Amino acid sequence: MPSATDLSTLVIVITTAIALMTLAWALARALRRRGEFGSPVDRATYDTLHTAALASQHLHEGLTPQGASKAAKHLRALLGTQAIALCDTASTLAWDGTGAHHREQVWRHASEVLATGRTVVLGAKDVACGDPDCTIRTSVLAPVISEERVVAALAAYGSSASAGLVRATEEVAAWVSTQIELAELGRQRSRATEAELRALRAQISPHFIYNSLAAIASFVRTDPDRARELLLEFADFTRYAFRRGGAFTTLAEELGNIEHYLALEQARFGDRLQISLLVAPEVLPVAVPYLAIQPLVENAVRHGLESKEGVGHVTITATDEGAEAEIVVEDDGVGTDPEVMRRVLAGDQDGDSVGLGNVDARLRQVYGDDYGLVVETALGAGTRVSFRVPKYAPGVHPSP
Amino acid sequence: MNAGLAISAVTVVCVVTLGIGAFGLRLSRTTSDFYVASRVVSPGWNASAIGGEYLSAASFLGIAGLVYTLGADMLWFPVGYTVGYLVLLVLVAAPLRRSGAYTLPDFAEDRLESVPVRRLSSLLVIGIGWLYLLPQFKGAGLALSTVTGAPSWVGGLIVAVVVMANVVAGGMRSITLVQAVQYWLKLTAISIPVFVLLWIWLRHGAPQPHIAASPPGHQWTRPLSGFGGRDHPVYATYSMLVALCFGTMGLPHVLVRFYTNPDGRTARRTTLIVIGLLGLFYVFTPVYGVLGRVYLPTLPHGVQADSVVLMLPMAISPGLLGELLSALLAGGAFAAFLSTASGLTISVAGVIDQDLLRPRINARTGGDSVAVQGFRIAAVAAVVLPFAFSLLSVRVGLADTVGLAFAVAASTFCPLLVLGVWWRGLSTTGAAAGLVTGGVLAMSAVLVTMVGGVHSGWSGALLAQPAAWTMPIAFLVTVVVSLKTPSRIPKGTARTMVRLHAPETLTAGLPKPTPLSY
Repeated sequence: MPSATDLSTLVIVITTAIALMTLAWALARALRRRGEFGSPVDRATYDTLHTAALASQHLHEGLTPQGASKAAKHLRALLGTQAIALCDTASTLAWDGTGAHHREQVWRHASEVLATGRTVVLGAKDVACGDPDCTIRTSVLAPVISEERVVAALAAYGSSASAGLVRATEEVAAWVSTQIELAELGRQRSRATEAELRALRAQISPHFIYNSLAAIASFVRTDPDRARELLLEFADFTRYAFRRGGAFTTLAEELGNIEHYLALEQARFGDRLQISLLVAPEVLPVAVPYLAIQPLVENAVRHGLESKEGVGHVTITATDEGAEAEIVVEDDGVGTDPEVMRRVLAGDQDGDSVGLGNVDARLRQVYGDDYGLVVETALGAGTRVSFRVPKYAPGVHPSP
Repeated sequence: MNAGLAISAVTVVCVVTLGIGAFGLRLSRTTSDFYVASRVVSPGWNASAIGGEYLSAASFLGIAGLVYTLGADMLWFPVGYTVGYLVLLVLVAAPLRRSGAYTLPDFAEDRLESVPVRRLSSLLVIGIGWLYLLPQFKGAGLALSTVTGAPSWVGGLIVAVVVMANVVAGGMRSITLVQAVQYWLKLTAISIPVFVLLWIWLRHGAPQPHIAASPPGHQWTRPLSGFGGRDHPVYATYSMLVALCFGTMGLPHVLVRFYTNPDGRTARRTTLIVIGLLGLFYVFTPVYGVLGRVYLPTLPHGVQADSVVLMLPMAISPGLLGELLSALLAGGAFAAFLSTASGLTISVAGVIDQDLLRPRINARTGGDSVAVQGFRIAAVAAVVLPFAFSLLSVRVGLADTVGLAFAVAASTFCPLLVLGVWWRGLSTTGAAAGLVTGGVLAMSAVLVTMVGGVHSGWSGALLAQPAAWTMPIAFLVTVVVSLKTPSRIPKGTARTMVRLHAPETLTAGLPKPTPLSY
């Protein structure tokens, strides 16, 4: 058997070898990347693109004072002038470069551009100051246009204004316009997402309310006590279903609500409806979107019983899958044509399957596209609907 | 030595573990009764499960070995292992549960709203998990070679294969009941032999321990005299206590169990019961060390002190009784390796899968891969690496390696959790700086000790027991950097703090209407 010293030497040698290999690989990669841009023209192109990319990072929130002043540094590098300024219709946002005492004048200089949307070149008469050390004599101002409105002006200050500089300033201003429009697009998209989330409120099926009240009514004379109990169940169910507050609850709460729901369904179906539950106690505290499981159970009851003769079984399973929980609702009813189900989940039609598309959309909205509903069904073969929820997801907290 | 009984005990433990893994789900309750189905795990069961997962090879074999060789100083180990839960209870138990985090990286992301800090925590979880898995494999090898004479790598291989098969097959994910039963199994396995052996010892006329044979330079019975014949025993003892007290909260498999509690209150009650259960278990382990001094004053050449628990029954009562008792102990020890190793493997594999593997797999396949595959690959990675290292490093004892894992946890996650729960001023940059500083310092100390062994003098003491200096440095760096970067304090800090500290009944907002009775 080798001694301990040998083994530790071996470990040190292996570790060093791995470290050296990693270093060599990193070096080789870095060198290869350098070599891809050989000629000076390539280099210049690369540098310009890189500078533009750096500037665009700071413009992704639109024209904010912080973003503008950080982006101005890179924009000045693109134009190569002594100083650069950005101002919007209200005030000067940023000044980068020498001669910062000119900052006060920028907005006055820009007023014409902002009003007309045309590029303006100002000479020493308008720009020069009394300071003998200051070499700023001219200013080129180009409009930044977003959605056919002039939203800002880009001003390049220097000692002289060539035709090339005017052209370059216009191009950079046009590029900034594109970035501002992109930012506006991003804002609109997040507003649309929020609106969609609000629209996707959990839905209660009107059939269920009608059917429950009808079932309760049938007991009022024959069995008043039962009718009272059912009305209380109905009250509990509606309190849960119409509650205000957070969008999430715990699996335990959701199961409690399903209990109320099933008590009402059993009033209609009696012994024809058989329920079995298999719930791992570890997943009871998991947060789920509220009313995410009840529509699945309702769907199973409909397909398992309403359109079928005899007894129907509905199985609700919740299992612990490490960092996730899996929830399955299964029935042995008539099943659905997979093609129909696909259209339901895609949101094209919502006729027969209560709220499945809604639950699917909400799950994807909250947890991402990996976490939608999985439906296994065929005509005459029953239906199995399952989904997974992560035990922890950022921003998801149950409110009981 | 007749190895048949011991081998059958180990086989039974392994087969039962695999069987539970294969039929795991069916242990859950099938019912049509909602009341039964939505009964949450009670604090008592959950506490047993934490105990079952927590009592590792270091507890089952290591402590007795340390008391045997080094004497009274080592009694601090069981104290430290238990007190860690007291610190956890007082400082973070309930807020941690209320955060809704399932793993430590989850907490980092929840509190600091930062994905980079999450990634950093994931790396540390993997590091600590591997460091903690290492002694499990080593201990298994040791146990098996002591009772059967098999080569020392066989036991580790068996544990690695059983755990891997179990986790990969999807069984024993975190079934509370199974881990809870493991605790009571271990308690039975350690306590029954103690009573029998003590009874025999009393019948022998209660002979005194042979202290003269202990290593020179310190006295076996006197506290703070030796700490393994190493220099600066006072520093070493305190540093170890710091590591154990503050490291428990940062172990990867502890927080996972807290998630099972429905709220902060039950999380606290669970922790309280855990302290009781661990205290009960640790009463028994040092007895083996003392009895070892009585009956095995010198160990045969090449036998490590960690195996004294397994050798003792045969030394005291050769014959069938001794064999039965050592078979019981071997079975209990294997239960300890398997349950701790499973818990750790699941935690580490979960983190590897979620934070390292899945983003990459998804980038390659466009999200088409099956989630289970990633977890399986991760589980294999989580087991193979520490097993390979367990074959290499031989210099440090079981409890020492575990102590190093605690030291790393105390120097990294303790500042993150304690400051995260109690200080509004914690900034993202500060937390990251603290994690990096504590992690780098503690990990380098660990690597130097594991590769080079324990040196003498102050350098050796500081490196072998790093917690007393690495943890304060990590705290200091976290606080100073946070104070310097107030702009990086997460935006939602105030809201998060309310959620962590307000009892659930308050955060519910509306009082729950009671059912009317009329």
